Amino acid sequence: MAHELTHDDAHGHDEHGHLPFLAHHFEDPEQQFDAGKFGMWMFLVTEVLFFSGMFCAYALYRSLHPEVWTFASQFLNEILGAFNTIVLLFSSLTMAWAVRCAQKHQRTGLIVCLTLTLACAAIFLGVKAVEYTHKWDIGLLPAGSYVPQFIMANQHHEGISPWLIRLSILPALCVIGFGGWYGWSVMNKRKYAAQIAGPLLITSLCYFLGVGIGIAFQNAEASNHAVEHHAEEHAEGEHQHEEEGHGEDAGYHQENEAGSDHALAASTEEHAPSVAGELLVEENVSLVSTPADRLKAVPITMVDQPGGAGLFFSIYYMMTGIHALHIIGGIIALTWLLVRAVRDDFNELYFGPVDYVGLYWHLVDLIWIYLFPLLYLIT
Amino acid sequence: MSAAVTHPTAMTPESDNFLTNSRGFLSWALTLDHKRIGLMYLVGVLSAFGLAGILALILRAELMTPTQMFLSNQQYNQVFTLHGAIMVFLFIIPSVPAALGNFLVPIMLGAKDVAFPRLNLCSFYLWLVGAVFFLTAMLATGLDTGWTFYAPYSTTTQGPVVAATLGVFILGFSSIFTGLNFIVTINTMRPPGMTWFKMPLFLWATYATSIIQVLATPVLGITVLLLAAERVLHIGIFDPQYNGDPVTYQHFFWFYSHPAVYIMILPGMGIISELMSVHSHKSIFGYRFIAYSSIAIALFGFLVWGHHMFTAGMANVTTIIFSALTFSVSIPSAIKVFNWLATMYQGTVKLNTVMLYALAFLFLFTIGGLTGLWLGALSTDRPLHDTYFVVAHFHYVMVGGTLVGFLGGIFHWWPKMTGRMFNELWGKISCAIVFVGFNLTFLPQFILGSRGMPRRYARYVPEFQELHQLSSIGAFILGFGLFVALGVLLHSLFRGRRAPMNPWGGATLEWQCASPPPYYNFKHPPRVNEPYDYTGLRYRDAEHGWEYVHPESDKVSAPEATPETKPASN
Repeated sequence: MAHELTHDDAHGHDEHGHLPFLAHHFEDPEQQFDAGKFGMWMFLVTEVLFFSGMFCAYALYRSLHPEVWTFASQFLNEILGAFNTIVLLFSSLTMAWAVRCAQKHQRTGLIVCLTLTLACAAIFLGVKAVEYTHKWDIGLLPAGSYVPQFIMANQHHEGISPWLIRLSILPALCVIGFGGWYGWSVMNKRKYAAQIAGPLLITSLCYFLGVGIGIAFQNAEASNHAVEHHAEEHAEGEHQHEEEGHGEDAGYHQENEAGSDHALAASTEEHAPSVAGELLVEENVSLVSTPADRLKAVPITMVDQPGGAGLFFSIYYMMTGIHALHIIGGIIALTWLLVRAVRDDFNELYFGPVDYVGLYWHLVDLIWIYLFPLLYLIT
Repeated sequence: MSAAVTHPTAMTPESDNFLTNSRGFLSWALTLDHKRIGLMYLVGVLSAFGLAGILALILRAELMTPTQMFLSNQQYNQVFTLHGAIMVFLFIIPSVPAALGNFLVPIMLGAKDVAFPRLNLCSFYLWLVGAVFFLTAMLATGLDTGWTFYAPYSTTTQGPVVAATLGVFILGFSSIFTGLNFIVTINTMRPPGMTWFKMPLFLWATYATSIIQVLATPVLGITVLLLAAERVLHIGIFDPQYNGDPVTYQHFFWFYSHPAVYIMILPGMGIISELMSVHSHKSIFGYRFIAYSSIAIALFGFLVWGHHMFTAGMANVTTIIFSALTFSVSIPSAIKVFNWLATMYQGTVKLNTVMLYALAFLFLFTIGGLTGLWLGALSTDRPLHDTYFVVAHFHYVMVGGTLVGFLGGIFHWWPKMTGRMFNELWGKISCAIVFVGFNLTFLPQFILGSRGMPRRYARYVPEFQELHQLSSIGAFILGFGLFVALGVLLHSLFRGRRAPMNPWGGATLEWQCASPPPYYNFKHPPRVNEPYDYTGLRYRDAEHGWEYVHPESDKVSAPEATPETKPASN
């Protein structure tokens, strides 16, 4: 009995030599795969709990200050958010496809799928960069730096934000670097190097594609808004709001367009002034001029306190920022997979790493699926 | 199986011994061998312990008189912060799981290594980087928030809070990766025949600990990250100046740090379960109860964090619920203590060094646990909150429990780790000094606390001086006892007798492995039987060790002393 067992084991042991990917401490590929997959699931549990702290903070402060959430959320651009959601969902599809390709030992298909996933990740980051920098420009910052009078100050930035240019330096360097590498490897007929440099070049370019799409959406919506707003004003403004001022009103509208607000304009006549933002605009902005006066004139809510609505943006930046860091981590992992895919490491027996990174990527996608409605779609 | 295979004196050949199979600094610094990583952790955590222990002695020396001796108030705050933070984050959390756990988990499972050896090395370096980060930050400028970093003080003080919290963040991930590795290893790499209920209880305790590490530590990670963001960006989540809520910080912090208390004590309980059975030479009483109670403690541990905050202004109903849940934790803890006592009953108890440490654990942990009831009860917690009673209570659990258990474990597995036997007589003496010193240090603190001496105060009223002096003298005796224990262990490295394969008569798999083990542990996964079945083990005077006399080769197998082929080296 014992002898037989030893014999079997010895046989299993011999096979190690034929499977270069099998680590010495595992008995067979199946055990290695199971251990890796279970390990990744445990890591995902850790990730979920890591984000759970911020979801708790979100739930706590939203329940304490619902008016802040209603007010501040309208400055998020839900069109861009929805676009990014679609991009991430598509990237999950290509990632799942990549796992399938690895399992069937389709090298080209795997490289294509990984490239598409990387490209989607870069587009996501490009759009996010546009969203962030726009908010920084108009003063929608975390609580400590947030100024409640931003609505009155006309800080809307024409042209490309300097913050966006700063954020784009690294991707631009990537384009130059990977472009040069790609050109070099094509000229010297280095096939494998070109197969790595090409997808990375596409990825870096896709960041700028994302930036372009982001700016285009943002501008389209802003002008759309302006037209709608004008029409509305001409139709209703005269008999509804005789007292509306001129200078401040224009300033407000410009801000409002920049902040891409639907709700505020549409609801001016329907809702009671329960939303603090409305209240502030309708009754006071046109009447008082200094922030101090305004604070005296309105009933104090969180929105008006120094840093008040900034709480929403604190949580927004923490949640989406850490999510974006996870996207960057995913890009690094996917790049590692790409190099190994070009090396043709994966086959029917060994596709674990693609599977594990796939699981991670789906989780990052899933967290965004929660973040999008919780932050963008508050009415 | 031939007799030669299980022969206890079959020494590990030099070329296979994990300590000597390769040489040079890099062979240690880049090793993937779980045993070497475990030993590096052992050296690391003991160094951290030494440093924090010296800080504790400085504090106790300052408290010899009610007025200032050599530390200003500010310096006193900095020293107790350093003492607590180093002890918690650098010593006690990684102590048993990372040092002994790394060494033992794969061997007890009959495996060659943990599931992810590179991740294992990575967590050691994360620990090292976190430690360097943490220590340089605190020593350079002096942190004075206490180890808990309570807001709003931590968001306003001038100290290096950001650097220290990032150090904690890095250390947290070290802990998470260790726990993750153990969970996967225990789930997927058990040998043929080892069902869940044939695992040694140390593995059950490690498994429960790992669950907490994986589930709770990320919450600490996000908490300290938010705290760092609070200081840098003023995000207004914890800082009342920006509409934040400091009590939220306490909830977030204790959601990790209470389960972390069980990260600290559960592995110690696992060690004691092994020690009690082996040194009583009797099967463990109530195996399943001990196993389940480990898991129960891990799960209950997540529900009781509020008992650190009874005076923070929670709703009355909330405090009552947290108090009731706190009492429920005492049930699985008591189950363990009763089972250990029942294990000793009618056993062949050997009062050697290891068993003395185990008995000291039992005594001290019970006091620590029972005094916890006063702090869990709402009415008595109000006056006792933040007094020396709390200090004494958690030192009885953390030092009397975890540290004494850790020492017992080190003595128990020392022959296996190093291949050397230590001096029994001096080992017993060290245990006696530690026991006396410990009680002299912390028993007076219960009295101090119940009379109203607040914790973390550098000065006190003269009436308390006698008790404080007793406590300080005890602290120095305790320090001396630990120094003797260290001396015994170091002495054995140079003068100790060569250890047999099975010096204590243990039945778990590590005792079927040579001392010290070869780097591949077992050439083939061994077959296993009950971990606490001592039938068939006999003491051999010639080898000073135990071996199986009945040739029940079918049930027990051991590694072959010399493998015919060398497995791929790390």
